[in-house]
Amino acid sequence: MTLLFINARLIDPEAGTDSLGALLVQDGTITEVLPAGTEPGQLFRARNIDTNSVEIIDCDGKCLAPGIVDIGVKVCEPGERHKESYKTAGLAAAAGGVTTIVTRPDTAPAIDSPETLEFVTRRAQADAPVHVLPMAALTKGRDGREMTEIGFLMDAGAVAFSDCDHVVSNTKVFSRALTYARSCGALVIAHPQEPLLSAGAAATSGKFAALRGLPAVSPMAERMGLDRDIALLEMTGAKYHADQITTARALPALERAKANGLDITAGTSIHHLTLNELDVADYRTFFKVKPPLRSEDDRLAVAEAVRTGLIDTISSMHTPQDEESKRLPFEEAAAGAVALETLLPAAMRLYHADLLDLPTLFRALALNPAKRLGLASGRLAAGAPADLVLFDPDMPFVMDRFQLKSKSQNTPYDGQRMQGRVLATYVTGAPVYRRD
Amino acid sequence: MSSPTSPPLSPTGFGHRHLLGIEPLKPHEITAILDLADSYVDLNRRPEKHSDALAGLTQINMFFENSTRTQASFEIAGKRLGADVMNMAMQASSIKKGETLIDTAMTLNAMHPDLLVVRHPHSGAVDLLAQKVNCAVLNAGDGRHEHPTQALLDALTIRRAKGRLHRLNIAICGDVAHSRVARSNLILLGKMENRIRLIGPPTLVPGQFAEFGAEIYDDMREGLKDVDVVMMLRLQKERMDGGFIPSEREYFHRYGLDAEKLSHAKPDAIVMHPGPMNRGVEIDGTLADDINRSVIQEQVEMGVAVRMAAMDLLAQNLRAERSATAD
Repeated sequence: MTLLFINARLIDPEAGTDSLGALLVQDGTITEVLPAGTEPGQLFRARNIDTNSVEIIDCDGKCLAPGIVDIGVKVCEPGERHKESYKTAGLAAAAGGVTTIVTRPDTAPAIDSPETLEFVTRRAQADAPVHVLPMAALTKGRDGREMTEIGFLMDAGAVAFSDCDHVVSNTKVFSRALTYARSCGALVIAHPQEPLLSAGAAATSGKFAALRGLPAVSPMAERMGLDRDIALLEMTGAKYHADQITTARALPALERAKANGLDITAGTSIHHLTLNELDVADYRTFFKVKPPLRSEDDRLAVAEAVRTGLIDTISSMHTPQDEESKRLPFEEAAAGAVALETLLPAAMRLYHADLLDLPTLFRALALNPAKRLGLASGRLAAGAPADLVLFDPDMPFVMDRFQLKSKSQNTPYDGQRMQGRVLATYVTGAPVYRRD
Repeated sequence: MSSPTSPPLSPTGFGHRHLLGIEPLKPHEITAILDLADSYVDLNRRPEKHSDALAGLTQINMFFENSTRTQASFEIAGKRLGADVMNMAMQASSIKKGETLIDTAMTLNAMHPDLLVVRHPHSGAVDLLAQKVNCAVLNAGDGRHEHPTQALLDALTIRRAKGRLHRLNIAICGDVAHSRVARSNLILLGKMENRIRLIGPPTLVPGQFAEFGAEIYDDMREGLKDVDVVMMLRLQKERMDGGFIPSEREYFHRYGLDAEKLSHAKPDAIVMHPGPMNRGVEIDGTLADDINRSVIQEQVEMGVAVRMAAMDLLAQNLRAERSATAD
């Protein structure tokens, strides 16, 4: 099967370009990036392609970019399938232009053994239309005491190891896990946070939290957690990714660690890039995320760090929660927001606000996460898999959470005006989503 | 926080459906409550203390957190105005059985109450509940957020003692961090254009309160200099997860109000406390009982009057809204 995308606005994060052109896909792989004005008939003759098995897709000047690689998606299997299953998460991902989801192990029970990992891999392969790559827990039960069978779990397909929002507070346990992970070549993804300082916090300390009377954590807790982890990386030489950097105060430490040659990368979440603490307003629990939303100054500093490349990746941090766990007083309500389907439209806010251009956004959404995981995707280049998203960056709409494909509809963007919609999503050359 | 369904042109000059906090109130609305409360002070001092302002209405007091004083005050206020008052001690009932706050609210709503008085240990819980019921909701304290009737009764006490409620120097001392009383007072007294000082150890008076326009002091004597009103706060031991102060005796030595520290304030400064007091922790027992300086008993008296006024105004709005929808 051959696909030819013509009249496409190609977003190439590797070259940093945003220009019109065409893209040839054969048997699920990108085989050629072509200049604008390529004449299909001529091309097929020159390449000796049988025109009977060809589909020509006229993109009408809309954007064609590598599909999003989303590190840190929570699918609630096993344990809470009523919140999200592999099927619904996969459909949501396809509708959001996400072609690879890297799933979190913070399920109930945690994905901490090869057997559980094999179970979820089977479920994912059977049900999800996009690539699903599982992460496994770094410690058993995510309780920070004993490391998991990192070697066996890698053999079973784990692409990274993380205790998610549980910080391994025992430094000795964490340093051993990092040392062992290094010997396996495993990537460890950690949540930089000083857990005792942030215990019980529902907001970021400041005027707003004081006014609302919410228990709050200083943004400094993130830097303290990152500082500790960086010191452990110097000790162990492990391969490390910070899941979410959300504060300006943490950035200089990250910059120094990178300059010192440590194997460290960092991500941030789309919510921290597009929302701030004031969005919580009158205790709106859909805006409760972990870590809590930050000040506007922090948001802008983090966006700038994505622009310079100091922060490598942007994730949805997709966290489905049912109505019951959100319809509670703010302090008691569960944290997290669904975001697979809103990731791209929300990211377009940064584009329309002139904070980030499209190649930079897709560097953080697709290229960098793929590179960090050693995947060939995330690029618009010959030889890369044809994981693609076709989208209109300008199309306006009002977000209606009940239209989401996720089983849970806890999105903070409900009712908001947004711009940018996915028109079609392709996974290894096969269409998995088409907007009607 | 003002309810979108609040009556736009209220006959009472108080344009809200609920009393959830001081934050949404305008200065003239605060004055309207205090003026009406003044008249209820007179009523309460008569031998026959009865009015029919709430006759035929049902008032439910839902306290998800222990309270004796506030609950009694709301109960007396409702009964004096002729309401049918019911108390529900929520910490003992359905919460233990796992019912959610919203289910509890829906259950009560089905019994058609007119006034719901709610106290809850979590900030914002009363707002959440108010969104789900058809009656008027009064916040009797939510977490560390607001305690509007306490701030109103404090304002009435100050206004009656000082003859005005503006251009006063007012010190709020002690455990500001854990106090909904401090937040509501800070907002109310700020709206009425007073100068506010917050005094306490920095662990209990976080710096971000400076952004509300208050001056922050960690030295009691310096902070009390020339103030007209000294408001002491209760040290909220039950809300502390440890380590805010080294010991109660050191706290009393440095921040407890005694005659010597009070001598730095104006000679006619009044001393207030929302109760219940920890004698010998934040306030010297003798000073608390000194009728020349302490207005703590008056505060309790004003509490009943202010709650009568607030419920009266909300009931008037409720009746106006109902007759408007009945047309």
